[in-house]
Amino acid sequence: MNLQEAKFEYLLRLGDSSLIIGHRLSEWCGHGPILEEDIALTNMALDFVGNATALLTYAAQIEAKGRTEDDLAYLRDEREYRNLLLTEQPNGDFAATITRQFFFDAYLFFLYEGLKLSKDEMIAALAVKAHKEITYHMQHTTEWMYRLGDGTTESHQRLQNAVNDLWAYTAELFDMDEVDAILIKEGIATDLNKIKTQWEHCVNEVLTKATLEKPTTTFKQKGSREGKHSEHLGFLLAEMQYVYRAYPQVKW
Amino acid sequence: MTTHYSSEQLFKLLSEIPDPEIPVINIAELGILREVKWNDNLCTVVITPTYSGCPAMKVIDDDIRTKLNQIGITNIEVKLVYAPAWTTDWITDAAKQKLNAYGIAPPAHSTVDKRALLGKLHELKCPLCHSKNTEMISQFGSTACKALYRCLDCKEPFDYFKCL
Repeated sequence: MNLQEAKFEYLLRLGDSSLIIGHRLSEWCGHGPILEEDIALTNMALDFVGNATALLTYAAQIEAKGRTEDDLAYLRDEREYRNLLLTEQPNGDFAATITRQFFFDAYLFFLYEGLKLSKDEMIAALAVKAHKEITYHMQHTTEWMYRLGDGTTESHQRLQNAVNDLWAYTAELFDMDEVDAILIKEGIATDLNKIKTQWEHCVNEVLTKATLEKPTTTFKQKGSREGKHSEHLGFLLAEMQYVYRAYPQVKW
Repeated sequence: MTTHYSSEQLFKLLSEIPDPEIPVINIAELGILREVKWNDNLCTVVITPTYSGCPAMKVIDDDIRTKLNQIGITNIEVKLVYAPAWTTDWITDAAKQKLNAYGIAPPAHSTVDKRALLGKLHELKCPLCHSKNTEMISQFGSTACKALYRCLDCKEPFDYFKCL
């Protein structure tokens, strides 16, 4: 694998995760538990889809095969998608969405902090931008972790269930392979082992303050690096890609 | 026929374009319009998004092209750049006053002020009655760049242009 291929693959991982979590959050539009939360979740969706657009545009440039960001988003099938399994998990109840978001925000917070120093100028620029937005999102999701965890018996139980259910998808966040090795050597990517330590520290602190138990299971779901996804991604893509595939030349 | 424009003149012309979501301030005051280059043939306009997913960017792109077309410039390149990342610190003081008069409380502090991180700097003035007795209703608002507040004295809700 050469540097160009590694960079393309890396950008797909970042871009696809943003796109898929953005799409998941957008599914809350009109269904939020309260109006303010409806607005918050869809605002975050907008940031993620915007971030994905920038990352996939850059990925298409690096690939240099004449594809656009829209082609990458709408014309790839499940096995070609590189988003983290965590991001494609269904919204569930509000507690599940908040937990998924908190785990992911905490990950991106430290990841983009590291990528600000990337030797690739475009990745560094997008990291600075995304980090500002993630910081704001994280204030919101962390606050909900406290409110629900340290709330009523029911909200506590629902949040604990969500933490238990999603835990198996978090180990995969820190998997590294040849792509990472090539890019770390060039000073382009961040070492995910370092991010793992920071993430664990942050998550432990929030779980404790939210009176939640950290799951003890070590069972790990993985596969996204090779395009092996849970059954949920196909349904998501079917909805997201339908219009583009049904009307290939459509403009609006 | 269009060669008698300078880059500065074109920048000034494009500065007349209002922000599509907050029409009381223009895209230069907001810090979106970064640079205009004119070389007698091609006009390059550099813009930067406020938020990654700001839907107004497409409208701004269209507005720039329309404005330049009106004076006969048709060879246009609109470049979207991400570095340096947009910050509310770029909003001019004059623009902040316009925001306030329009009913949107302007960003309350500089983003380099570390006290803001600890949530210790939130004393927002109501843009209508100027009371400092206000509280946040929602961290997210009607557009990506705003949060929603209310005044506890005059009871009016108002938008706050959040710091980024």
